[in-house]
Amino acid sequence: MESNTLRESKTQISVSVVFLAILLLFIIGNPATFLSMRIYYSFMVSVPFFAIMALSLTLIVICGEIDLSFPAIMGFSGFIFTTVFHFSGSVGFALLLCILAGLGAGLLNGLLIVKLQLPSLVTTLGTQFFWTGVTMVLSGGLGKTLVPTRESVLYNMLVGRIGGIIPVQILWMVFFAVILWVVLNRHRFGAHIYFTGDNPASARVMGVNINRVKTIVFTQMGAFAAFAGVLSSLEVVYFWPTLGQGYLLRTIAAVFLGGTPVEGGIGTIYGTFIGALIIGKLEAGIIAMGMHGFWTQLIYGLIVVVSIAMHSILRRR
Amino acid sequence: MASPGEVLVKMENVCKSFGHVNVLRNVNFEIGYNEVVGLLGDNGAGKSTLIKILTGVHTSDKGSIYWKGKKLVNYSVAKARDLGIETVFQERALSEQHSLWRNVFMGRESTDRWGFINVQKEKEETQRIMRDYMGFTSSALTTEAVVGTMSGGEKQGVAIARALHFQADLIVLDEPTTGLSLSETRKVLGFVEDIKKRGKACIFITHNIYHVYPVAERIVVLDRGTVVGQFAKADVTLEELVDRLYLVARTGSLNGKSANSSSSESDEGEGGQGQDRQCEMP
Repeated sequence: MESNTLRESKTQISVSVVFLAILLLFIIGNPATFLSMRIYYSFMVSVPFFAIMALSLTLIVICGEIDLSFPAIMGFSGFIFTTVFHFSGSVGFALLLCILAGLGAGLLNGLLIVKLQLPSLVTTLGTQFFWTGVTMVLSGGLGKTLVPTRESVLYNMLVGRIGGIIPVQILWMVFFAVILWVVLNRHRFGAHIYFTGDNPASARVMGVNINRVKTIVFTQMGAFAAFAGVLSSLEVVYFWPTLGQGYLLRTIAAVFLGGTPVEGGIGTIYGTFIGALIIGKLEAGIIAMGMHGFWTQLIYGLIVVVSIAMHSILRRR
Repeated sequence: MASPGEVLVKMENVCKSFGHVNVLRNVNFEIGYNEVVGLLGDNGAGKSTLIKILTGVHTSDKGSIYWKGKKLVNYSVAKARDLGIETVFQERALSEQHSLWRNVFMGRESTDRWGFINVQKEKEETQRIMRDYMGFTSSALTTEAVVGTMSGGEKQGVAIARALHFQADLIVLDEPTTGLSLSETRKVLGFVEDIKKRGKACIFITHNIYHVYPVAERIVVLDRGTVVGQFAKADVTLEELVDRLYLVARTGSLNGKSANSSSSESDEGEGGQGQDRQCEMP
């Protein structure tokens, strides 16, 4: 009789092995770079932006759904943040309204999917274009500086450097991972997410409100996308109307690399966390090993396909 | 038969249609405290729909449900479970990719007031349920076992034990013996006897008379959305019952006349009142 913990740990061990194997490969390929801390600090700067969204997206995928609109929500919320900041001069107020905008956009996804019974893939494909369009129209395609935010306490709490070295955003990533792990594994809502993804009909007759579960998971995705948008804008102290573009596939890849199957029902935060670290170090690592940047996509593809095949085989055994 | 003072659940003139199909037409159904009732009927007779209305999964188009004499309003699955109605659905309503202990508490997690699950407590309770209700003493089957890897009988055992555990007054078993081996079926029938011994009521839905007859005290026959007859087991032998069921299957009525042309039922049949009155489409 196979136990649940055994099966989960098989996935977690396998993703960890992939992580360590790639790391080892990079260290052998370019010891000067990968044995110094510098490159790891630079990962800590950039990985949290999409890792935070990947952690949040894990809940949606476990539910058996998908979201393609979070990069657009990231851009839209970033626009709200920038605009409110320029009007009010307050980073806190701008952050609050930005998160609310993200929540609103996520809630809209949730309601469309639950109330109109639309497939999430198509719905969020639509809202992805919609929010990108809204951002472009409202911003006129122009970016805006965020340099004045540097004076604020919140700036340092969001993207400052601890001891002048360690980027604070890595702590946010760890913090959200812990929170979402607790929700998934120790809270009633997390249990309901798993039940909804595994067998919605069973969940429903056992009294799980699957519509509410789905609405909430899409809503929280919006909030996390907004937060990630603020982090990434503040990091470069500039808002680009194209904010979010380029995040879609690597975020989704992190979730699948982490062993959450596209059919949902199971999946772990730990897996996504490591999955995001793998994706995050690949690009820099490939270049540091002396290969041309053109190789990155090819190697991304290989690793994603091999990992997903590995997870799938392990699950069936 | 439960006398008026002892009625646990009463369903009155229940109608339900899906699209243009009238699945239930003015169904009257009741069950007493600590009574085991067999709900019998062919595939498509409306048994599962009736039960899904009773357990809050579907709402009826017309008609009322009374629980211990009180009419139920704004009825839902959660409310049914709060009242003390537990259901073991035909599809068993299990989450097969998850552990036994997660499944036992599915939709009914043991939490503090913030919604955090007491994992230790749930696992211990599951251990106890496995021992006391399911008779699983095999060390191979642990609380961490993934339900999807268990046998059909074991899964049915989990679903029934889960229902017994939550101190329900009424346990509804929807086709509990379908797809089970002979020994597994015997085990399930043992569970039903256990329900009776524990002083609870049980509705046993099946299309197999041979499974329900030994354990039921009363048998209600549903055909094409209407109750066509009820029998106290004391009044009818298995052979007589089988004969009558063949009659129903052929003609749609117990007295051999077509159900559409007959409004009066034979003297055993009580469920026929009002069934000539067609349910209006919603």
